[in-house]
Amino acid sequence: MSKKPSATADSSAGTPAPGKDHAGAAVNASLSAEQRIALYRTMVRIRRFEERSLRAYQAKKIGGFLHLYIGQEAVAVGCCSLMGKDDHVITAYRDHGHAIAVGMEMNPLMAELYGKATGCSKGKGGSMHFFDPARNYWGGHGIVGGQVPLGAGLAYAIKYKGLKGACMTFMGDGAVNQGAVHEAYNLAALWDLPVIFVIENNGYSMGTSQARSSAGDLARRAEAYGMAWGVCDGHDIYEVRACMGPFLEKARTSSKPAVVEVRTYRYRGHSVADPDNTYRAKAEIEEYRRTKDPIQVFQNQLLGEKVLDAALVEKIDGEARAEADVSADFAEASPLPTVADIQKDVYWEADNPSQRKSGGRLFFN
Amino acid sequence: MPLLQYREAIRQALAEELAKDPNVVVLGEEVAQFHGAYKVTEGLLEKFGPKRIVDTPISEAGFIGMGLGASMLGLRPVIELMFWSFYSVAFDQILNNAANVRYMSGGQIACPIVIRGPANGGTNVGATHSHTPENVLANHPGVKVVVPSTPYDAKGLLKSAIRDNDPVMFLENTMLYGDKGEVPADEYLIPLGKADVKREGKDLSIITYGRAAIQSLAAAKLLEQEHGVSAEVVDLRSIRPLDIDTVLASVAKTHRVLIVEEQKPFCGVGAQLAYMIQSEAFDELDGPIARLSTVDAPAIYSPPIEAEQLPNAQRIVKAAIEALD
Repeated sequence: MSKKPSATADSSAGTPAPGKDHAGAAVNASLSAEQRIALYRTMVRIRRFEERSLRAYQAKKIGGFLHLYIGQEAVAVGCCSLMGKDDHVITAYRDHGHAIAVGMEMNPLMAELYGKATGCSKGKGGSMHFFDPARNYWGGHGIVGGQVPLGAGLAYAIKYKGLKGACMTFMGDGAVNQGAVHEAYNLAALWDLPVIFVIENNGYSMGTSQARSSAGDLARRAEAYGMAWGVCDGHDIYEVRACMGPFLEKARTSSKPAVVEVRTYRYRGHSVADPDNTYRAKAEIEEYRRTKDPIQVFQNQLLGEKVLDAALVEKIDGEARAEADVSADFAEASPLPTVADIQKDVYWEADNPSQRKSGGRLFFN
Repeated sequence: MPLLQYREAIRQALAEELAKDPNVVVLGEEVAQFHGAYKVTEGLLEKFGPKRIVDTPISEAGFIGMGLGASMLGLRPVIELMFWSFYSVAFDQILNNAANVRYMSGGQIACPIVIRGPANGGTNVGATHSHTPENVLANHPGVKVVVPSTPYDAKGLLKSAIRDNDPVMFLENTMLYGDKGEVPADEYLIPLGKADVKREGKDLSIITYGRAAIQSLAAAKLLEQEHGVSAEVVDLRSIRPLDIDTVLASVAKTHRVLIVEEQKPFCGVGAQLAYMIQSEAFDELDGPIARLSTVDAPAIYSPPIEAEQLPNAQRIVKAAIEALD
């Protein structure tokens, strides 16, 4: 992790100053006790879901990749908790946290990991491709940076339709050097699209540290495009919300894009296939876990606020574990897609044969 | 019936669909103020204004990805690629995102986007600007691929493409933009996936599409006049969906096949056609399926030689005579 941020191009949006009372920020001060507990519960649910999915992966119930979000929960929950009805979210392949943060249930998510027909994408997407357009959640994308122009496009449509919304377009720190990201930055700034590019900087693009992959400060690159930018720490959900809130509001009301870098950390390897023993020290992971674990930090805050007590902490944790176990049972018991299902959901026209206008063959076997 | 240029027919299709549906928006490099690098969009900015006709920076991955994202929320972007050759810098957006988003979401998302522009050789612009990617595109389930050869087809097919709820790749041809043809004044649509028998014949079926269809018609005339051969010309018009039934009906009629494509042969559209014809009409064939493609090399610059690298009427006549031997 590199040095602290120093500036914003547009100081009216602003970056929360280090040490500031983020809990007192308007966007947080207005939260009821129930709302605070709901935020905490969502973070715990994400973690227990992912821990359960890791066990399923180790038991060979899940194929492919499994990119765990553990350690980053405050980012997705903090950002997505600010969404209004016309706000949208798109992200990359580390997408379980955002899915739960926008309100998706564990059952279809776990079933998707198991490759079952009851999965959120009918077993066709897998871990990297969770979608729920009804909750304004547009995936779940596998190619680093590839989703970023799509996020600009969602914002373009929001603006074109005259809606007061914004699109939070998440990416990792490894995405910032992709050309598609810079093309999207340029279009967003050129056309004042209501998009917030959220860089979840966990310090490592796969096994390559930020220092070995990216020149300069990541969010500051926004200055070259005349965009506002900000940086905040991602282990404190109050800080995430305090930072993101004004940028999001400005995007909604004035259609102004911004780049926000959220400094966070992942405890697990890049994916489960990463043994995580070559590029960082175990002590670094332990230090973060001990001092900055986002769930522990928020739990301590809420205990201090008397919003939580030990019994409620226990209850929430137990319920989250049980919910995750139930989702694994649901996934286990669910049917697989059929071989005939392979060719469904490819073309809208093939899926809606009564409305098909074209002739000829769409498939070739 | 009015005579219109191929480019004017495309422009009419755009104008009619822009007027009909407020969600249609035309984006691309130089489409608005410049009136289009090939003047296809001339006058549309003046008629529909800058919200509907949008000049983009030179940034294909950015604006194609952006258009796709907008289509997921219900817009119907029609994106112009100045050359289809530039698709390579937006490959991930077209063939990972446009082709796959519906599938990976389990059918929850539709992407009603059209990407259109010229894809052809013959203009002496060298290998970088002369790609014909219809085979590459059609290899990706999830997208549709259309290659019109006449003004009438171009207009009717583009209107259908814009109304289609799947991503449609629409491949035009700079060598045809100035060609004139009859286009009805009244509105009409041509469904995707319907081949057109552009010339009836009894001795040989030439299966083709795009500019190669126009050259095949010229060749068919020569075959008749100079060789007494009656060639049928089947213009596929759409590569995916593919109207194989019309192809097979023609084969059953003539029993001889020549496939003509402005494509490199290896893994080209013709390879798929030949496979399907032998598989589904083996007993109808009186000889091996013949095929004429672009000579297998990057597009050569040298103008007189490039004309020989591509299919042309003389090469088609020669291939037809050989096929009938």
